[in-house]
Amino acid sequence: MPFASFCGTTHSFISHSHCVSQLLCLSVISSFQMQFMLLFSRQGKLRLQKWYVPLSDKEKKKITRELVQTVLARKPKMCSFLEWRDLKVVYKRYASLYFCCAIEDQDNELITLEIIHRYVELLDKYFGSVCELDIIFNFEKAYFILDEFLLGGEAQETSKKNVLKAIEQADLLQEVRHLMKSMWGR
Amino acid sequence: MALKIVKGSIDRMFDKNLQDLVRGIRNHKEDEAKYISTCIDEIKQELKQDNIAVKANAVCKLTYLQMLGYDVSWAAFNIVEVMSSSKFTYKRIGYLAASQCFHESTDVIMLTTNQIRKDLSSPNQYDTGVALTGLSCFVTPDLARDLANDIMTLMSHTKPYIRKKAVLIMYKVFLKYPESLRPAFPRLKEKLEDPDPGVQSAAVNVICELARRNPKNYLSLAPLFFKLMTSSTNNWVLIKIIKLFGALTPLEPRLGKKLIEPLTNLIHRIMSADRSVYIPFLVARVRTKGESMSVLKYVKAMFVFVVKYLGLLAMSKILKTHPKSVQSHKDLILQCLDDKDESIRLRALDLLYGMVSKKNLMEIVKKLMLHVDKAEGTTYRDELLTKIIDICSQSNYQYITNFEWYISILVELTRLEGTRHGHLIASQMLDVAIRVKAIRVFAVAQMATLLDNAHLLTGNVQRKGICEVLYAAAWICGEFSEHLDNPTQTLEAMLRPKVATLPGHIQAVYVQNAAKLFATVLKSQEGNTDSTAAQETSQLMIDRLPLFVQSANLEVQERASCILQLVKYIQKLQQKDVEIAEEVIALFAGELNPVAPKAQKKVPVPEGLDLDAWINEPPSESESEDEQPRAIFAKEEPKHSRPRHTEVDEKELAKRREARKQEQANNPFYIKSSPSSQKVYQEAPGVEHIPVVQIDLSVPLKVPGLPMSDQYVKLEEERRQKDRADKKKKEKKKRKEKRSGRGKRHDSGPESEEDITPAHMVDIVTEEMPEVPSRISNTISPSTLWVFDDKKSSKHKKKKQKKEKEEKEKKKKKKHHHHHHHSDGGGEESVQNGTVEEEEPLPVSRDGPDQVNDIQGNLQDGSQVVVSVIFENKCDSFLKSMEFNVLDSLNSKLQRPEGSGPHDGLTVPFQLPPGQSNVCLFVIHYLLFVVVFPQNEDSSTHEKLDFKLHFTCTSYLISTPCYSDAFAKLLESGDLKCSSVKLEGVVMPFHHLLARICFRHHFSVVERIDSCASMYSRSIQDHHVCLLVKTSGQTVSIDAKCDEPTLLGNVLDEIKQTFSQC
Repeated sequence: MPFASFCGTTHSFISHSHCVSQLLCLSVISSFQMQFMLLFSRQGKLRLQKWYVPLSDKEKKKITRELVQTVLARKPKMCSFLEWRDLKVVYKRYASLYFCCAIEDQDNELITLEIIHRYVELLDKYFGSVCELDIIFNFEKAYFILDEFLLGGEAQETSKKNVLKAIEQADLLQEVRHLMKSMWGR
Repeated sequence: MALKIVKGSIDRMFDKNLQDLVRGIRNHKEDEAKYISTCIDEIKQELKQDNIAVKANAVCKLTYLQMLGYDVSWAAFNIVEVMSSSKFTYKRIGYLAASQCFHESTDVIMLTTNQIRKDLSSPNQYDTGVALTGLSCFVTPDLARDLANDIMTLMSHTKPYIRKKAVLIMYKVFLKYPESLRPAFPRLKEKLEDPDPGVQSAAVNVICELARRNPKNYLSLAPLFFKLMTSSTNNWVLIKIIKLFGALTPLEPRLGKKLIEPLTNLIHRIMSADRSVYIPFLVARVRTKGESMSVLKYVKAMFVFVVKYLGLLAMSKILKTHPKSVQSHKDLILQCLDDKDESIRLRALDLLYGMVSKKNLMEIVKKLMLHVDKAEGTTYRDELLTKIIDICSQSNYQYITNFEWYISILVELTRLEGTRHGHLIASQMLDVAIRVKAIRVFAVAQMATLLDNAHLLTGNVQRKGICEVLYAAAWICGEFSEHLDNPTQTLEAMLRPKVATLPGHIQAVYVQNAAKLFATVLKSQEGNTDSTAAQETSQLMIDRLPLFVQSANLEVQERASCILQLVKYIQKLQQKDVEIAEEVIALFAGELNPVAPKAQKKVPVPEGLDLDAWINEPPSESESEDEQPRAIFAKEEPKHSRPRHTEVDEKELAKRREARKQEQANNPFYIKSSPSSQKVYQEAPGVEHIPVVQIDLSVPLKVPGLPMSDQYVKLEEERRQKDRADKKKKEKKKRKEKRSGRGKRHDSGPESEEDITPAHMVDIVTEEMPEVPSRISNTISPSTLWVFDDKKSSKHKKKKQKKEKEEKEKKKKKKHHHHHHHSDGGGEESVQNGTVEEEEPLPVSRDGPDQVNDIQGNLQDGSQVVVSVIFENKCDSFLKSMEFNVLDSLNSKLQRPEGSGPHDGLTVPFQLPPGQSNVCLFVIHYLLFVVVFPQNEDSSTHEKLDFKLHFTCTSYLISTPCYSDAFAKLLESGDLKCSSVKLEGVVMPFHHLLARICFRHHFSVVERIDSCASMYSRSIQDHHVCLLVKTSGQTVSIDAKCDEPTLLGNVLDEIKQTFSQC
């Protein structure tokens, strides 16, 4: 697996041998637990994307396109893990929506699956039996929940209660805006 | 103004909000792009307005569009504007947009530093939280450097919500700015025992990830984690800890044994809790001996749970340590090959590699071949192909008992469409044909068929890769042409015009080997009475070769024209009825033998041989030219002595060749590994030491016709039975002999396999196979800083301890500063005892430079102190240049010239001859830690000299002259607190005592009357400190007054300590 190492205390990276140039970037920074999370519909429409590795827009688009194709092509009974480039992709389908995470080779797939499931549970609790439309129209809320749950690719809070409490309190601060919205009848 | 606001909000009512945008996009399915471009225009208008609500709304919409794949980088500045809004509602949107849109090359990130810092210290925890979350997505090295201290402070925030986030984001900061790890680590370690489980798990996460990069430095934490593992009930944390142990156990084997019991308990607990899915993971991570046996039981259960993938993954881990235990699950794994899922199949393939034995190789490969036929998708098929070859060729074809079978497998593989691995197959064919002599007849026949049907391989454009096989085929047919049944036909096949479409390097081989074949054909035809056949063959060559002479490839051109001329010459001779076949054959005579890559090393240098001396004088130009035609076959070597030739020039040639042979025989660099050639060079010493194993063949099975690989499986069975029957008859003695005969081979496989005699034997170069490179570690180690001198391992431990000590001290200071900062802005002075500088000897045997330091406040700037460092060169070499550097910490910073980076050191502006010393001043903002890098000229090595400065509170005093009337006024003002101290047993004269206080603590004498003196100093924060020193006999009493009681107390403590030391 291609990787990089710090050279002394400087920031210079030494890239390894067999990585394809386009993957270079990915591999250099592939030191976080979760690399990115994508939510997309059965039609391949992206519903949410969260990147825990800094990549340029072009690379993001390329990766997204490839991955969406790969995952959608898989049959329902196939296993939820697949090796893709030098990463492991863990995905799960909930109704019409695919939740898809990329992790490092040495990372635990099952815990990632658990993270996906927990995120779905959180969405469900927050929106009340969540559906794809909820995420489409309140995509910023979906992001906020995800940000409370994961930080920098690591699970920061494993308690559902705590996550929802934090979100609700933050929402309270936003209350004023909600009032204004309802005044104008969204 | 009011009108503007009203107008703004009215406008807003007509603006689209996010929901409208989403709805709009959904309603404009056909012309989405057009609709969005109008939306973007609207957004651009909205962004121009002053109303922050409108802007936030626009940014929110942009974030949505960004997700859909539209470029919004032009709005980066507006995003920053929204981020810096004071209202949480907008701030939240701004940070979200930033975390989605910003990446390292976004230049506006630089503008955000102060805003983020402000938000981090906001009283509202959600402001801080939002900033931390955002930062985690777009942190850059610059941001990490600037904000590291702020985040570090947040790690001790009162709210666990913030602590948790701060701990997690620290990991990102470490990666971007490794220097921050050192000061932050103690605090991070503290968080492992945080009362809040969320914070605790965050700290475990971070340390675990750090340890994975550089496990060595975290071994000391093992007991702590062990405690956590046995006490924690949080599965998320447990998994992380076990992952950490997985990284640590290879370094400390004892740990593995200790872990078995708690792990087994854990497994049972989790098993009963019906979370069986975690098992293989928990266990496979920690590879210990006794454990994995019991694990297999669970792994097998995994298949019931349809989590085959994980089961296979776990197995592959166990396979490395316990191959036998996995072998028994062969059927299970073979079943997985039938799985629909590609990733499962690939995993199963990996496992198969380790599972083959002589007994089951054919069966497994047969199964794989079936899959190759069925497989769709070239990647998987290619994978299968490489795996088949890997499996068969592993450890010198150890498991192959019948090479005819293997060759036919290879031939079958060439029928694969669109594979990229033609080259691999080709090299296998060559390898086998060269090393297994007995297989050559068969291989040549197969290759001739391949050549004949070359159009099948090259016909399709998609099959480009596979035509590499023709390279091997042509070479084998040419080299071993004496085994060909019908050389003329093969020669014709090689010279077909279609060949010109092949890649250049293959054509070159074709041409060369056509010449070899030509020689063979000529030989066979000259025996006949009819000479026309031979002439026809020459004519064929002359007709076809010009095609290659015109080739665009230089190599082909050169070889073709050379051979064309040769053939023309031969034809001329033929017309004169001269028998030349022997001579033509001589061109290509010789035998190839495999030589181990490192064989040369094994050849001992004969006694009395001077390798540097010329054995013969360097050959003249003409001679080397003469050698050129042979150079093409550099690998070849003459084996048999050549028949003498009648012609004069041939005689000369032979003579020269003899001379050269002689030279080669004496030349130890010339490898003549062929054992049969020993007869010729018996006088040559050292040749027999060349480590090439004699080829030893048992009788191979002759299979007529074109065999399919399948039939070998059956044949093999028969053969084995026959063998077994034979063996029973054989006497024990014979058996023994045989065993000893095979002793040279690798001792391989389970014992039962001893009974299977291979049908062919491979030339196995037992010694010196290229070493498998040890696993390349490819970890990032941001913690290199953590221990400075990894290289100087002898000092390693000591240093580390030292570092830790320093860390602790620093922490203490930090806390202190922190405290002051909050209590009153004025009392910045650090309060520390002792002015003794600690020195550390250079980590080399010589005496290193030495420093004595003095720290003094800076008169010009209240926030700075000046450190004078005395560099003394105690070693006897000249120090050419020195660099002075400080690891900036929370509260101190080295003052660097403008324009230099934050980590650059300062060059000391003088050089140090041995035995001399010099003083250099450095301006430091509250310095805490200093590193000096002296560079030694002789060895030109860089050596680090770590040392440490204590910043006592009197360091921050500035010796200021004061007139006695002003002094009196100050004392009378009544603002000053009073305190006193008595020192006993001071024997020094009074003026020495005063001088010492002046020097060490930066006081100045205001007035002195007999044995009584008043002194004054002020701190850089303008606190006055007055002293009245009285002495009587050996008792000194000091009364002090100061407007800052803490400072006062500490100054007195320090003075007391100074005198208690003398």
